[in-house]
Amino acid sequence: MLTDESPTPTESGAAAPAVRFDQVVKRYGDNTVLDHLDLEVGRGERVTLIGPSGSGKTTILRLLMTLERVTEGVVHVDGEPFSHMPGRGGRLVPADERHLRARRRRIGMVFQHFNLFPNMKVLDNVTEAPVHVLGMDRDEAAERARGLLELVGLADKQDAHPTRLSGGQQQRVAIARALAMRPDILLLDEVTSALDPELVAGVLDVLRDIAHGTDITLLCVTHEMGFARDVSDRVLMFDGGRVVESGPPERIFGSPEHGRTREFLGAVL
Amino acid sequence: MWSWETAREGLPLILHGFGITLLATVFGSLLAVVLGLGIAVLRRTPSRWVTLPLRAAVEFVRSTPVMIQLFAVWVLVPGLDPLVIGIAVLGVHYATYTSEVYRAGIDAVPKGQWEAAVALSLPPVRTWFAVVLPQALRKIVPALGNYVISMFKETPFLSVITVNEMVHEANRFGSDHFAYLEAFTLAALVFLVASCPTSILMRKLEKRLAH
Amino acid sequence: MSSYPYAFHAGEPLSGLTEFTHSLPSVGAGLWVTVQATVLGAALALLLAFVLGFMARSRRLLVRGSSRVVVEFFRGTSLYVQMFWLFFALPILGFKLVPLACAVVAFGLNYGAYGSEVVRGALDAVPRGQREAAVALSMTPWQRMRLVVLPQAWPQMIPPFNNLLIQLLKCTPLMSLITISDVTFQMDQLRSTTGDTATAYLLLLVVYFVLAYALTLAMNGLESVAKARLGQPAGGRA
Repeated sequence: MLTDESPTPTESGAAAPAVRFDQVVKRYGDNTVLDHLDLEVGRGERVTLIGPSGSGKTTILRLLMTLERVTEGVVHVDGEPFSHMPGRGGRLVPADERHLRARRRRIGMVFQHFNLFPNMKVLDNVTEAPVHVLGMDRDEAAERARGLLELVGLADKQDAHPTRLSGGQQQRVAIARALAMRPDILLLDEVTSALDPELVAGVLDVLRDIAHGTDITLLCVTHEMGFARDVSDRVLMFDGGRVVESGPPERIFGSPEHGRTREFLGAVL
Repeated sequence: MWSWETAREGLPLILHGFGITLLATVFGSLLAVVLGLGIAVLRRTPSRWVTLPLRAAVEFVRSTPVMIQLFAVWVLVPGLDPLVIGIAVLGVHYATYTSEVYRAGIDAVPKGQWEAAVALSLPPVRTWFAVVLPQALRKIVPALGNYVISMFKETPFLSVITVNEMVHEANRFGSDHFAYLEAFTLAALVFLVASCPTSILMRKLEKRLAH
Repeated sequence: MSSYPYAFHAGEPLSGLTEFTHSLPSVGAGLWVTVQATVLGAALALLLAFVLGFMARSRRLLVRGSSRVVVEFFRGTSLYVQMFWLFFALPILGFKLVPLACAVVAFGLNYGAYGSEVVRGALDAVPRGQREAAVALSMTPWQRMRLVVLPQAWPQMIPPFNNLLIQLLKCTPLMSLITISDVTFQMDQLRSTTGDTATAYLLLLVVYFVLAYALTLAMNGLESVAKARLGQPAGGRA
């Protein structure tokens, strides 16, 4: 796959897409989850991935967050190889931890199950990474964290233990925690799937505010079609490790072309 | 320094001691397994006149050294064979552990299983033998096995009351021939050779019963 | 030959109780030796437990394998044999340790091996999502361990560590067999001078029971503090 002709970091600059998947394959044993996937997400673009469970949507986010390694192909971020790095003679070799760590900061992620740190109070959850990873001054980090908690409507919970919060509140803290790192790209992995139905709206409202109030690049996997319609520039329908259909939300939800899309939307809407 | 000749000379004595070690482990374990079940059942009786003293006794035996218990029984109950005392004390000491194993195993069977048995009007005997115990055993058997291995490694304590188990024999051979290096190295190796396969076997058993 | 050379000193039976009170200082000194050996042995065991436990989770086969071998070796050979080996056999190879060091090293190696399984299990039990969240926040592997994983694994380790600590304490009378004047040795001296076997052994058992109880209380307190920090109800055991 990776030969000397592989593109080395030459295309960086304003024109490069925020994210580019180049013939990416991901296999778990015999199970192929992503099958030679090509995908581009422009800067500031909001892309939603829909499709049946097990179709590889979440895997895309996990590859981008470096929680998994690609089997074949290369993931580029801001026009630079991300999953790989230039090795001897300009060949691309799988990235080491240092390469990943230096670039991972541009990306933030909100998880389905929140994954707040139970050993830290709410405010510390939000300040921990800015202080220890970005080297930010503690007071400054706390000041910013309070602002972010206010943004997600939880200014009064800063001294609470995460375990004492409702699922919706925990997820809003998790959003503030991800934003505290000032990522260029935010990944939302089924962020409302683990919530009780009455708590979903609060979380989605916060995310709408962020989508409309910032120029952050958003990549979300969701089953909330209303939310997808509201925030997305583009919707990708996934099935069997491939993009079946993509386009603006009005078209995908209004007049889907592909049979699988119609079937899927018929089942969830 | 190490002498193979001395080692070869001492080996039969040490292996003979190993026989006593095995004997003590087998009978000590049997006692612990049976007595532990008895304690666990008695602790489920509703009468506090039974459960409270029992709990106190179990707690006391469990948190005091087996070596002192051996001494105490040996000195205070004269005329018994030291090996019998050793087996009895080890068995009672480990019964306090195994009783907890039984208790935890039974408690771990979900309440829904008891409720389902009631809903099907199963008689108590069927409930215990067809529903509860088979499920509890999955947790109980590996834990019991680990205690047997652990008792095996504590049998050298019996040497303090003159039982001629392996370490006692090693010690004697060592002092008689001034060959402590060979004697205790051999004893350690015998323990290692005996316990490694057993722990691998236990791990396999644990995995098998887990499903 | 008696393995316990001083067990049958025919002592002059004196009036029991006064003799017991007279001997309080020496029993106290023995108690101090027992406590010292327990604490030092546990400290060494804790250190080894973490080193071996971390090694057992290494990605390198060699590191993982050597941890496995060391753990199996020190779990597989009896503590009793290890201590005797250090005391009797090691000097023949030219290394002579003072008796207390033999005891502490044997306790440390043996319970360190058992403790490493506790450390490994507790680290493994921290949910994967916690590590992933730490990766998503760009923490270094060391930061993930120090700031996220270890603070959550630690409370899980305390109850099994307590069990091991009590077991270690219960094995400390072994020291008296390698010429260390611990509380068992002192009390046995007392037994042979007074001839009051029943009182001496009962007292000795009570001493160990109280020590074990005190250690358990302390560990329960530690567990409550650690759990409170995680926002969990402080579930101390009896």
